[in-house]
Amino acid sequence: MANGATALPGGTATAVAAPRRRNYARRYGWFIVPAGVVVLAVILFPWAFTLFMSAHEWKIGGGHHFVGLDNYRKLFTDERFLWSVARTFYFTALAVVLPMIFGVAAAMVFSRNFPLRGLARTIFILPMMATPVAVALVWTMMFHPQLGVLNWLLTQFGIPPSMWIYDARTVIPTLVMVEVWHWTPLVMLIVLGGLASLPIDPYEAAKIDGASPWQSFRHITWPLLLPFIVVALIIRTIDALKAFDTIYVITQGGPGTSSETINIFLYLQGFAYYNMGYASAVVVVFFLLIVSLAALLLWTRNRVKDAA
Amino acid sequence: MSELTRRMALRAGLLAVPALAAPPLVAKVGAQQAFDWQRFKGEKVEASLTSNPRSSLLIQHQREFEELTGIKVGAEQIPEQQHRQKFAIEFASGRPSFDVVGISLHVSKRQVGRAKWCADIKPLIQDASMTAPDFDFGDFGAGSVTYSTQADGRMDTLPEFTDYFIMYYNKELLAAKNIAVPKTFDELYIAAKALTDPAKQQYGFVGRGLRNANVVLWSSFLLGTAQRDTVSADMKLLTDTPDAVWATQMYQKMMRECAPPGSVGFNWNECQTTFMQGRAAFWIDGVGFAAPLEDKTRSRIAGKVGYAVSPAGPANHHCCLFGTAFGISEQSRRRGAAWYYLQWASGKANQLRYLTSGAGAPARSSPFSNEEAISTSRFPREFFTTLAESARIARPGLPEIVPVTEFRDTLGTAITNTIGGADPATELKRATDAFRPVLEQSERAT
Repeated sequence: MANGATALPGGTATAVAAPRRRNYARRYGWFIVPAGVVVLAVILFPWAFTLFMSAHEWKIGGGHHFVGLDNYRKLFTDERFLWSVARTFYFTALAVVLPMIFGVAAAMVFSRNFPLRGLARTIFILPMMATPVAVALVWTMMFHPQLGVLNWLLTQFGIPPSMWIYDARTVIPTLVMVEVWHWTPLVMLIVLGGLASLPIDPYEAAKIDGASPWQSFRHITWPLLLPFIVVALIIRTIDALKAFDTIYVITQGGPGTSSETINIFLYLQGFAYYNMGYASAVVVVFFLLIVSLAALLLWTRNRVKDAA
Repeated sequence: MSELTRRMALRAGLLAVPALAAPPLVAKVGAQQAFDWQRFKGEKVEASLTSNPRSSLLIQHQREFEELTGIKVGAEQIPEQQHRQKFAIEFASGRPSFDVVGISLHVSKRQVGRAKWCADIKPLIQDASMTAPDFDFGDFGAGSVTYSTQADGRMDTLPEFTDYFIMYYNKELLAAKNIAVPKTFDELYIAAKALTDPAKQQYGFVGRGLRNANVVLWSSFLLGTAQRDTVSADMKLLTDTPDAVWATQMYQKMMRECAPPGSVGFNWNECQTTFMQGRAAFWIDGVGFAAPLEDKTRSRIAGKVGYAVSPAGPANHHCCLFGTAFGISEQSRRRGAAWYYLQWASGKANQLRYLTSGAGAPARSSPFSNEEAISTSRFPREFFTTLAESARIARPGLPEIVPVTEFRDTLGTAITNTIGGADPATELKRATDAFRPVLEQSERAT
């Protein structure tokens, strides 16, 4: 008898069913439908629609018609947009580097034992818990050139008053100052978590070998901590790139356009001028910028990981 | 301050004298037969309003309307800029969530009119069964009615509030130097210059320098020239003309030589703080600031504030006019109830409340002739006479175009740059060249 066939009473032979592979995808596939619908509704459709709008001259309250790539062409010759890109990178560079430096330094301090460390840590992370708009309103009052507390403090130390957000030259560094105050604690927390997870053995070995504190930091702490620092860097960079609330509340992009970043430009195009087509083109370009930057940072992170 | 009582509100209705001429349709609102406030009893209207003291007053007193009509009101207040976006997006969706909407005419009139988002209320005013006999349409100032009427003759909003730019001054500072209240911009400059003393942190003038916000102050200067307007009747930009340059030079002089350092980023709130701390002698801005300025718990100059009409220019004497109004959504299925709400909201009692509480200048004329309310108000008589005089010389401070915000941003950036020392003519030329295609495109779409 051939393999797989058996004789049944009555003399007929039938094939023995081979153990069937269960088709899970077929049986349980519909379980992913709800998630699929959500992804379609809140991610894919908005994206597709944004791309569609970016290819149209689309004004709220007016009509819309197809313009192809005109919105993109216009973007790359729009001086105001190009300046907003430059300002965004300037702001981002400062708003990432400074909190990273201060955050790592603060984590080093708070990882050591000292009296009232818990209280000091709590106080240090308080700014991060504050609502950005409330923070921005308080800082705006403090920046008032005649009546603000900051200039009063400066004059107490014999330093001439500053124009803070009321001068095109100082507005971006001043906004960065708010960002640093607000978000350094986040970097500190991430790095502090990294420090807490470091093994003790290498330090003990280094101590036995007579390594100095600097050598321990340079050759043990820093390489082991680097992946955490890169994570903080990625989060900070994305946060800084999409900063909107603080800038909008404090300066609305002014004086003139001197603090108009891509986000402010985008908001004005979309929700003040109602140029939805043009604003959609800005979104697409901005998205590509962020994705490129994030990819670069992730690639760096992987390199660092491999090196470690 | 004396609170407006029901009795006063009723008397306001009885004593009101129509001061300004109204369109001919008023005549048709004469003999009423079947009007009934309870006609839409049981319905509910949704009102989307801008956050401001006037909306707060309406919400505070809306029970009065609910008792009168049996109509429930769901009213929300949203900050001005966000409110403009919200109603535009809701209207564009075709299914707005509200029946009644508050609109800033100086920003959204053309946009709302072009898209025909709001219903024409003229037929409702003319319908004796829908309009209360004491509604008194003739009581609305002719300027307000014109402001609420679109170019095609449709009246798609009912006037609520008129905002005039007036001149606030610090009486104490002027008296200390024996300086008279200036009547012209040239006199204002001389007086402000004389009162500026940076060593004492005292400045002759404070005004809006922030991009966009500053255009309305700049317009105050331009209105004094022969040209007056920023856009011609055939929709051509007039922002780089010799008169526009003169207005910018005047603005530049005032802001660079007489205003506090940092004014380049001042909006009305920074101006208000500076002025109420006694740091500035003159301030030109909207009428709504009398209440905080006269508040003894917040203001160092309460009781020392002077009020005057905006000074005259070399060729004309006007003040900037802005206004808000209520519209009924074209999509509303409760149009009748919504119209009742409008009649109440812009009725004489509420309009008198606006005036006596310092919330703003009402669109109706009768509150200005209510001697009892004025004499018991916490504001000096000078405030009310300034408002009445301003009403006489008021002229729109912004062009009636769709891209108003873009106009304000583009021109505002140029004007802001002049505070930093940039040449007015060059900046205006650049701004005009940048905005012209936007305006042309907008007009083509109309």
